[in-house]
Amino acid sequence: MSDKEVDEHSGVETTGHSWDGIKELNNPLPRWWLIVFWVCVAWSIGYWVLMPSWPGISGYLKGTRNHSERANVEVAVAELDAQRADATRRLLTAPNMETIENDPDLQAFALAAGESLFGDNCATCHGAGGQGFKGYPNLNDDDWLWGGKLEDIRQTIRYGIRSGHEDAHISLMQAYGSGGLLPRDTVDDLVHYVRSLSGQEHDAEAAARAAPAFEVQCVQCHGADGKGDQSQGAPNLTDPIWLYGGDAATIRETLWNGRGGVMPTWEGRLSEEEILALAVYVHSLGGGE
Amino acid sequence: MANTRVAQRGLGTDGMLIALFLGIGVFYWLLVAARAMDPLISFHAYVFIIAFTAGLFGLVMYATKEPGDETGYQTAVVKAGTFASMFWGVAGFLVGVIIAFQLAFPNFLYFDELGWTNFGRLRPLHTSAVIFAFGGNVLIATSFYVVQRTCRARLAGGLAPWFVFWGYNLFIVVAATGYLAGVTQSREYAEPEWYADLWLTLVWVVYLLTFLGTIWKRKEPHIYVANWFYLSFIVTIAMLHIVNNLAWPVSIFSSKSYSLFAGVQDALTQWWYGHNAVGFFLTTGFLAIMYYFIPKRAERPVYSYRLSIVHFWSLIFIYIWAGPHHLHYTALPEWAQTLGMTFSIMLWMPSWGGMINGLMTLSGAWDKLRTDPVLRMMVVSVAFYGMSTFEGPVMSVRAVNSLSHYTDWTIGHVHSGALGWVGYISFGALYCLVPWLWKRKDLYSRALVEWHFWISTIGIVLYITSMWVSGIMQGLMWRAYNAFGFLEFSFVETVEAMHPYYIIRGTGGTLFLIGALIMAYNLWRTARGDLRAGEKRPAMAMQPALAE
Repeated sequence: MSDKEVDEHSGVETTGHSWDGIKELNNPLPRWWLIVFWVCVAWSIGYWVLMPSWPGISGYLKGTRNHSERANVEVAVAELDAQRADATRRLLTAPNMETIENDPDLQAFALAAGESLFGDNCATCHGAGGQGFKGYPNLNDDDWLWGGKLEDIRQTIRYGIRSGHEDAHISLMQAYGSGGLLPRDTVDDLVHYVRSLSGQEHDAEAAARAAPAFEVQCVQCHGADGKGDQSQGAPNLTDPIWLYGGDAATIRETLWNGRGGVMPTWEGRLSEEEILALAVYVHSLGGGE
Repeated sequence: MANTRVAQRGLGTDGMLIALFLGIGVFYWLLVAARAMDPLISFHAYVFIIAFTAGLFGLVMYATKEPGDETGYQTAVVKAGTFASMFWGVAGFLVGVIIAFQLAFPNFLYFDELGWTNFGRLRPLHTSAVIFAFGGNVLIATSFYVVQRTCRARLAGGLAPWFVFWGYNLFIVVAATGYLAGVTQSREYAEPEWYADLWLTLVWVVYLLTFLGTIWKRKEPHIYVANWFYLSFIVTIAMLHIVNNLAWPVSIFSSKSYSLFAGVQDALTQWWYGHNAVGFFLTTGFLAIMYYFIPKRAERPVYSYRLSIVHFWSLIFIYIWAGPHHLHYTALPEWAQTLGMTFSIMLWMPSWGGMINGLMTLSGAWDKLRTDPVLRMMVVSVAFYGMSTFEGPVMSVRAVNSLSHYTDWTIGHVHSGALGWVGYISFGALYCLVPWLWKRKDLYSRALVEWHFWISTIGIVLYITSMWVSGIMQGLMWRAYNAFGFLEFSFVETVEAMHPYYIIRGTGGTLFLIGALIMAYNLWRTARGDLRAGEKRPAMAMQPALAE
């Protein structure tokens, strides 16, 4: 421990202490540091006066501006609702798609709402652009499982498909193989028959062998010509668009295990006008009928 | 017969107490293992049994050895601490790099059949490994070193420092294995369950007593500033840890517990803890390191004694109030948000007091930055400290926070403090300590320190700039509305936009990890006593071997 000494480099006195060789200079607090500190304190005190701040026994200082974030949000939401009220009313009362399409303002409103809703509710399965994935239909094309009219799309969104809602679309692609409905050979032959419908490479003999089975098992839903039936959600088998895949292995898997994809019901989760706006948006993606 | 017996050290009161405690502990955990309600606590019971048995075995080995010299400084435990720091540092940085790339490529090193490779399990492993395992071991090791040197007294408590070291690392092992196995109470940075928390509490009390005991028997009239900072860290962390972890276990045979807090009170308690873990673990603890190692390395007096007092007391008084700024625009009452924000603003200058004292201590020694990469690392660390303690108050302002909250900006902010400040001051301290502890003339290689410095500095810059850009972009995309007041972007579009920045961030983290590996190699060779041939070395003052 040494006495106070003057540091040679700075000419400042030390405090006279030394710890393991470390000394301390007796410099004053930097002036700018002290000023900025007090400015921050003063600013804070000013903020406390203006805004809700210190709590007491039965409440808190409300501040001279009587600011409330909660009240502000309520006002802002009410303003937004009022701003949208007219468009929302016109959307809900529009008798058909033509009315909406013929009203550019209304259409723009519905599309803006629909696009936003689509991104956060539908894109997870159908893709950000509605392009779909395996098992999740592409919404950009004009190939519809349950109908592509505005009202059809609205109905699908509202109740879902095999969603458990009592008004949901229900149909079933049977598990012909694993369910024991058809022998293995027939299922294998049917793969060729199905591929023949869309003009894909197939074994003509095998397809011919499967014709009677197709007649008995498949025609009811997919139709004699294989063009499907929207009232039953039965896909068209003659076009190159496939929900799960048109290669032989996937078709066999579909025939063997059946299919039964689920789309949830959005009733209750989205409001009526949101569902309608979504339907308008999906209708606009390219394939609306 | 008695004449032929070799003198044995035996166990003092300290050793007997530890042995008694470990013995009781083994029986307690055997009971828990026998009646365990879930496999997780059963697993941890065996971890404790193995560790306590190893501890007892260690005590026997110790007691039967010849008595050693116990008058000088206790350096062995500090040596062990530097090893543990480097080990956990590399482990924590590695897990950080993995999860950074998991954010860019979600299936990176993720295996369906190995649930613990999931981001959700690895993320707390990363945060706890770098904060508590790496940072905690650095703090314990340096505090044990600094308090002895600046008090001119051997560590108090005999074997107590060893109990603290091994006990703390046992806590780390229990916490880390728990995260991977799925033990969590879902409190950020306080994930370990009640039994791990109780164990840490016990270890921490012994740590506090050891530290206080050493200060008590000091041979210096005054307590050095670094020790105030260490003490504030130890005391406040104890308080935060105990209050935030108040919980009721389902049973003493169960790994699950329920917090005593609920709702917004729970959130506020959690962020009072979370923010002050930053304040009193990552700030005051590492300021203590700064206050010893920078003047020591620069061989210059601390700039201002008065500033150290004023900024110490203002820092600890104001910091403790700032937690609510983590809960802006939530269910937390607005008055509490106001207080959290204003105290964060007032915190700016008290934080900068440490930066000023650190940087100004260099006056008269700035030329050393050219030749001493270790000192440069510590000075850059203080610069990062200044930057993030300015950014913090800015982000606490509600208007700024409404943009920054929940975005990657927060992640970038944390990492400029974590990689820049905490990482670099720790690296600097370890680069100083290893040659001092092992009594080597110099580090194995200064050139490798240069490589470490530049590689990891580029890494930090890549990390924080990419997070600024992606965070601000993310915030702007979230709040973008179209003409009708509907959201412009869906969530997944914002994720897509951030992808390239996530890759840059992962690259930055990789560089930081590479730097740490270079450091580990350098320190290892230094401890072995090697000197890399052909390097120019400026003359350096050695630490006096013993200052008794």
